[in-house]
Amino acid sequence: MTAPLTPTAPSAVRPQGGRPLARLVRRPPAVAGALWLAFIVIASLTAPLWLPYPTEQQDFSAVLAGPSPAHWLGTDELGRDLLSRIFAAGGGTLAASTIGAVVAMLVAVPLALIAASGGERVEGVINRVTEVMLAIPAFIIMLAVIGVVGTNMPIIMAIFGFLISSGMYRVFVGAAKSLQAQLYVDAASVDGIRPVGISLKHVLPGMLNTVMVQFALVFAVAIMLQAGLAFIGFGPPIPQPSWGGMIQAASQHVYDAPWMMVPTGIVLALTVLSANVVADALAATTDVPQLQIALREPKRRMRAGASTADTQAAAGEGLRVRALAVGSEAVTLVSDVSLDVRPGRVLGLVGESGCGKTLTALSLIGLLPPGIRPQAGEVLWNGHDLTRLSEREFMRIRGREIALISQEPMRALDPMFTVGYQLGGAIRRLQKVGRAAARAEAAALLGKVGIVDAPTVLRLYPHEISGGMAQRVAIALALAGRPRLLVADEPTTALDVTVQAEILDLLRSIIADTGMSMVLVTHDFGVVADICDDVVVMYAGEVVESGSVHSVLEGPQHPYAMALLAADPHAGVEAESQRLASIPGQVPQPKDWPDGCRFADRCRFSTEACRRPIALTPRRSAEGEVRCIRSAELTAAGVTWAAAPAGVEPERVRIEPERVGAAEAAQAPTRRAEPEEARL
Amino acid sequence: MTIQKAPAAAPAATETAPALRVRDLVVRYGRGRRAAAEPAVNGVTFDIASGETVGLVGESGSGKTTIGKAILGLQRVTEGSVQYRGRDITHASLGERRDLGGELRAVFQDPYSSFNPRRTIGASLIEPLRLRGVSRADAVGRARSMLERVGLPADAVDRYPRQFSGGQRQRIAVARALICDPSLVVCDEAVSALDLSTQAQVLNLLADLRDERGLSYLFIAHDIAVVRFLAQRVLVLYRGQVMESGPAAGVTDAPKHPYTQALTAASPVPRPTEQAERRARREVLVVGGASAAAPTSVGCPYAARCPLATELCRTERPALRPIDDRLVACHYAS
Repeated sequence: MTAPLTPTAPSAVRPQGGRPLARLVRRPPAVAGALWLAFIVIASLTAPLWLPYPTEQQDFSAVLAGPSPAHWLGTDELGRDLLSRIFAAGGGTLAASTIGAVVAMLVAVPLALIAASGGERVEGVINRVTEVMLAIPAFIIMLAVIGVVGTNMPIIMAIFGFLISSGMYRVFVGAAKSLQAQLYVDAASVDGIRPVGISLKHVLPGMLNTVMVQFALVFAVAIMLQAGLAFIGFGPPIPQPSWGGMIQAASQHVYDAPWMMVPTGIVLALTVLSANVVADALAATTDVPQLQIALREPKRRMRAGASTADTQAAAGEGLRVRALAVGSEAVTLVSDVSLDVRPGRVLGLVGESGCGKTLTALSLIGLLPPGIRPQAGEVLWNGHDLTRLSEREFMRIRGREIALISQEPMRALDPMFTVGYQLGGAIRRLQKVGRAAARAEAAALLGKVGIVDAPTVLRLYPHEISGGMAQRVAIALALAGRPRLLVADEPTTALDVTVQAEILDLLRSIIADTGMSMVLVTHDFGVVADICDDVVVMYAGEVVESGSVHSVLEGPQHPYAMALLAADPHAGVEAESQRLASIPGQVPQPKDWPDGCRFADRCRFSTEACRRPIALTPRRSAEGEVRCIRSAELTAAGVTWAAAPAGVEPERVRIEPERVGAAEAAQAPTRRAEPEEARL
Repeated sequence: MTIQKAPAAAPAATETAPALRVRDLVVRYGRGRRAAAEPAVNGVTFDIASGETVGLVGESGSGKTTIGKAILGLQRVTEGSVQYRGRDITHASLGERRDLGGELRAVFQDPYSSFNPRRTIGASLIEPLRLRGVSRADAVGRARSMLERVGLPADAVDRYPRQFSGGQRQRIAVARALICDPSLVVCDEAVSALDLSTQAQVLNLLADLRDERGLSYLFIAHDIAVVRFLAQRVLVLYRGQVMESGPAAGVTDAPKHPYTQALTAASPVPRPTEQAERRARREVLVVGGASAAAPTSVGCPYAARCPLATELCRTERPALRPIDDRLVACHYAS
């Protein structure tokens, strides 16, 4: 893998700050540093053409002389011209330093990419190996190597580069991992790009700046190291000039000819300083994205007996989830989720944060976070159980049959590439068509998602388009493989409300045109009411109520669903209400989930009987299911979850179960039916 | 209710002065040659009476957060003035603001990044009191009683932010804002990051505290339904300009400006049948989409998106004019 150091690579970097070269130009010290480096490289390489004296020529008439017209930079103790010797020594020093830096990058960059994409175990192994390498005293190793191969600087510097690469790896792996966690990496894997391709196309370009910074720093360290080695006598053999050797010689005459130290010292110091200044300038604008909670591709283990061969088993059309449980080895995060999505239907998964709605949705497309896996149940897609697919098998379904739209449209797009490149690439991969056909299809797709000026938008980079436009492009990307099921995770949450309305209209018309189905994850009941046919309300990793949108939203039967709807300020029908209904306390953490009803501790209507495990039962006089033993009697009594009176802290609102009737009587206006006290 | 008075009426520092008086506020990001072409806030005028809650509503880029920052002294004001109980604080330094006695406070959006993770809740809460010379023991005592007031145990003073959920942290943020008895609190998207049930808890808490202490709020939010719940009066902003202002219920239920109409129509209600009707109405109303918007320099800022825009709208910026109980910046509103 030689890509990291090719000179053309930096041009692929296109963050907001502009190209690296442009950023360098805005910093005068960096410009000076770069100019000095360029000068020293050119002067050293062309030294044989212009040097005033051969390096070994001695002028005994001017021993230890200062600057003069004959010797511009003076002479050394044997009357040799310092200018000639400095630049004659430059070529070898710079070349050997470059070798060291190149070797360090060639080892560290691939290791970092492999560690970031290979999962915890691979990363662990690489980490241990590099830790051992870091513990080896590099300088002693190099002295030992000199003992064996002599003072062959290119070889010594190559070994130095190898030894220092473990330190570089530490720097790179952090950057690589944060890039790997980006949602656009997810999107790429949804599109079916293989891990190596993702590393090279999405991760490596983002790291290039960091790599260039480290390259410059290692280069500077290598120059210092060579000077140091020459100073203690391990430089090139004696008559041959070297910067370290010349400084060593000058140090002998520091009292009788102090000038001798100056030219070599300044050249060495300026060169090292320049490399550092250039590195600083590059580093100042490095834009490594923040490390975030990774939603990256899990390392899915092939299950024993996994098979997708039974194509005849295609029993049901559409999506059918049965008793799905999802979790890590330590804790179950989603349990007993069952749902059905028939073609052309939209199912809403709704609940507060931490209720498991996103994990449920991600398990439909095989993109659960690392360490989290389906534990039980099945996800049947046209009769095949998706939980049993290997990663390779899933790649044939992802993007082609099931596609994902994520919450942050901007992060689903790689900032390094144009919209047209990303969309065209996805179409070529998923539809197996040529470049020109893909280009035309990309423009057609953008037209389909309501972008008027498609040819212009195709040429833009993601940061040049608005959030609403980006979500349209992300939807176009999801449609590139002509999927039959769209998994949309909070697709409008990050958007303004007018843009949200447009995106929902767009999704509605796409579903009407294509007959595909959609699973929509949201916390907003308004969005559910707008676009969904059916809804599943989740709480603490369980389904608490499901049914058609009309019947659940207009007549919720689970106390949690009642409470959430009453707490929604958008629902405010009774206009002058001074307070909103609220639920006391917080959603419990997975480790605190009780065996019985998980809402019981926050529920106004809970009884001792709620402490036992509770199954889903059919809803009273409506289709769908509800997980509450009291829902039938509460519904029959027309009880609602009303706002607590002012001054009563929500945390302290506890209505004893036997007092439900009395409490409701005190809040008579909220009744929707005649109370049936006897039944409570 | 204090719809703006004539700016010329120079106020003396009297008890009758409104809690906050903002006049022709202009905020332009950048300076000199780097100044943005379009100001983030462009000539905004409003008052907040004592005990009143004024809501600022608008989409991203409307300048609502910038107005809050300008009032809090976190953003340099380009033109116009901000008066706090009759005192001009437009360009007041942080030190001068401290001399206001902590009467102008804020609750910010992100409950996760608004507390230093390495300090206890108590340390964060007592800091403003200690700066004002309150003894340590008194300050801790006030912190404990304030935490109890917002519904948390008093021993929370010894705990760290990471030990609290988002809703609890937002209560703590409210406690921090109220601990030095402010008379005005700027709430910038204070409940936007919260889930429905905790959002309701915090909104109720803010309403109770207002009634109990006679607080004024400047309540900034993108969600018009949340603003309607808490605010008595609303200003609807678009591209840094006030499009419509007036009583919260009137503006949200019977908007007069086409932008306010688009905003309320786009906000979905959780009742499927009603939402289907609203959508049908909206499809008739909205012609130009948000994605078709292009900035206009001379005319009405909303003209590019407005289904009713005419040549007049594109060439002449409509002034705010009184219609019934509110002010509307539209040539055609009635």
